[in-house]
Amino acid sequence: MAALAATACATPAEPEATVDTDAGITIFNTEPENPLVPGNTTEVGGGNVLDPLFTGLIEYDPKDAKPVNAMAESFETKDSKLFTVKLKSGWTFHDGSPVTAKSFVDAWNWTAYGPNAAQGASFFSQIEGYSAVNPKDPDGPDGPQPAPTPTANTLSGLKVVDDTTFTITLSEAFSVFPVTVGYEVFSPLPESFFKDKAAFEQHPIGNGPFRFVSRVVGQEIKLTRWDDYKGGEKPKFKDLTLKAYQSREAAYGDLVTNSLDFMEELPPNALAGQKYEQDLGDRVVQRETLNNQTIAFPFYLKPYDDVNVRKALSLAINREEITQRIFEGSRKPADGWVHPLTEGYKPGQCEFCKFDPTKAKEYWAKANYTGPIILQSNTDGGHQEWAEAVVNSIKNTLGIDIKFVPTTSFGEFRQKVNAHEMTGMYRAGWIADYPSIENWLTPILRTGASSNDGLYSNPAFDAKLAEADKAPSKDEANKLYQDAEKIAAQDMPTIPLWTQNTIGGKSNRLKTATLDPFRSLDLFSVEVTK
Amino acid sequence: MGRYVLRRLLQMIPVFLGTTFLIYVMVWAVPGDPFEGKCGERDCPPSYVAAMREQFNLDDNVFVQYGKYLANLLQGDFGKTSSGLEVADRIAATFPVTLKLAVVALLIEAVIGITAGVVSGLRGRGFLDSLVLVSTLFLISIPVFVTGYVVQLVFGIQLGWITPTVSKPTFVNLIVPGFVLASLSMAYVARLSRASIAENKRADYVRTALAKGMRPRRVVGVHLLRNSLIPVITFLGTDLGAFLGGAIVTEGIFNVPGVGGLVFRSILTKDGAMVTGVVTVLVLVYLLMTLLVDLLYAVLDPRIRYE
Repeated sequence: MAALAATACATPAEPEATVDTDAGITIFNTEPENPLVPGNTTEVGGGNVLDPLFTGLIEYDPKDAKPVNAMAESFETKDSKLFTVKLKSGWTFHDGSPVTAKSFVDAWNWTAYGPNAAQGASFFSQIEGYSAVNPKDPDGPDGPQPAPTPTANTLSGLKVVDDTTFTITLSEAFSVFPVTVGYEVFSPLPESFFKDKAAFEQHPIGNGPFRFVSRVVGQEIKLTRWDDYKGGEKPKFKDLTLKAYQSREAAYGDLVTNSLDFMEELPPNALAGQKYEQDLGDRVVQRETLNNQTIAFPFYLKPYDDVNVRKALSLAINREEITQRIFEGSRKPADGWVHPLTEGYKPGQCEFCKFDPTKAKEYWAKANYTGPIILQSNTDGGHQEWAEAVVNSIKNTLGIDIKFVPTTSFGEFRQKVNAHEMTGMYRAGWIADYPSIENWLTPILRTGASSNDGLYSNPAFDAKLAEADKAPSKDEANKLYQDAEKIAAQDMPTIPLWTQNTIGGKSNRLKTATLDPFRSLDLFSVEVTK
Repeated sequence: MGRYVLRRLLQMIPVFLGTTFLIYVMVWAVPGDPFEGKCGERDCPPSYVAAMREQFNLDDNVFVQYGKYLANLLQGDFGKTSSGLEVADRIAATFPVTLKLAVVALLIEAVIGITAGVVSGLRGRGFLDSLVLVSTLFLISIPVFVTGYVVQLVFGIQLGWITPTVSKPTFVNLIVPGFVLASLSMAYVARLSRASIAENKRADYVRTALAKGMRPRRVVGVHLLRNSLIPVITFLGTDLGAFLGGAIVTEGIFNVPGVGGLVFRSILTKDGAMVTGVVTVLVLVYLLMTLLVDLLYAVLDPRIRYE
């Protein structure tokens, strides 16, 4: 490294001279599960294709996950309920048609409209008029009754003011709303989509830094740099091929031999025993990403509804040792419910997340419970090892009867979690939808929230969240969310375990390539050696 | 002969109905929510689930569902997957690839297997015979996924002679996966033809032919081989059918974009329409292959007659 730096100093060469800006790269992908429409793709395989094709109102900085304006010139509000969005002018879609306020409003209306059955529909549920365009099925989608027909075709909360301005009215004040719209579901759509949807699915047209070239279903999707892109930064390579692999194991062989340029997450067999370090050496790409691992409690089941039990169990887990022994340091012990990379994170919010055998025993004595404790997890995602380590850590500390009960598949496991049929505490985790403190609290812990599977409920916590939602500015909101987190901390609603590093790899052709906090390749970071 | 073929074809109808029904029922009976994982890490919105249940008739009972599926199938409509792709298009795109792989594997299996079997069968006990016996025993005892990963590791990653996965499914690129796929059956073919040759070598008609003063080459090439290959042909025929459907492991290791990978991925993502469609085609192929094999008997052995 020192030698390299020395030569670089001796001959101050132009950095461009060594970078091939017309190169093409091939990256790992899984076959998209859905038609290639931004509002209808919420899984990773399709997201990886659509992300480079579209640029939304805001984007997240690939380094620190901070939201920055992309197509939005400004995003203003006085009461966190009515937002006025001004767009940058002069932007066009790949087919030359202009991107206007209408492109956004029409796209959002299409996605939210119930009969279109778009997967991203629920992302618009906070906008006024959502229940009119996407009415709730009275007996759920599995029930015999069909959902009622919508009473409106468009969201009443969306109004086009002029070509570059539109307003968004939410049904409830929500201070972090501008942070949420960086997701692809909020992308604009060109006129041509509404004329011929089938043709669009065959050949998506966006406004992003790359444009669509071709697709061979089951094999590969080719994109190429769009030279008329209006965003500030331009990619430093030309062609992007997303190759569909049947498994990460198969792709890993190609990565090792440099036939594949990038893979954002290595398969378990490469991570085992740090095999990837021998195979890839300095080609390993690693960073902390926005996901964590927790243990959730079924509040509908004894003894997990007892706060002393929950505190004792959390205090009895030696996170430091498990992250070092099992994950060899690729996980970091959590000190709260919010991920350190998110806006609004405050360190040390969880006072019961430190390993403390004496206090653990104290709380366990207070709980006055003698029956068994069960930890459940699916084992198809490499969860067995750490789950057993957690069980052993608790057993050794408290000397209680605790068991790990595995379920074979993730699908089966989730079904039981959703049906509230768990027989013990269970593995849970969260991947941030958008980088805000709010996203680590509301969906998981608020009463009746979509992912509050354990049925935790605390009126004081809910009230604090509601107060934060209504805060007039983001900074004030973040402070209130931190207060809410502190309230929940006294209940130990879940046990935060650790935050995760994602380990990927690149080929020797790539001079630089880094991951973004959302576990995918930061395309703007890629430089190909000449 | 004509009546025999007709009868066999008619027999296919109940087999076809029975297998497709079983597959259809089993695919949708797999435990777990069929929409799990379709929407990434979160649950699908109710409007999406409702539309999908409508598309796949999941609100009907299973017999009605199957009836509707079959009615479409008889009109040549395999249906659409939840990702909006035509099942028929996907089958049309992946079948030729797997067929190529199967043909490569069958050629490797037939040429190497029969040669080894005939040579060791004719020579009898000796070094060559022992070599064939030991090496086939070795091949039979190793499962395909071990052979696959070892070949990929040694030739693909360590020696770098081949790319670890198949980038373009051409005949040349498919030789290595074909070899892996054929390895197990190759051993069986070698043993089968060895036993058959060894047995027929002492048959009366061979002795007679030799006594007539016929050249040994002609005796072996025409009389002996033709009679000894009947069991081998049966095996090869059914094997081709098995290759078409059973290449899941090999295609997975080498990332070959064929039917095996398609079935595997569809099972994982609970894409019922796709699994049923592909397996239906596989059942048909298998039935036709066995019919073809049965008809080949008559060509090889004129004593066999079909009434």
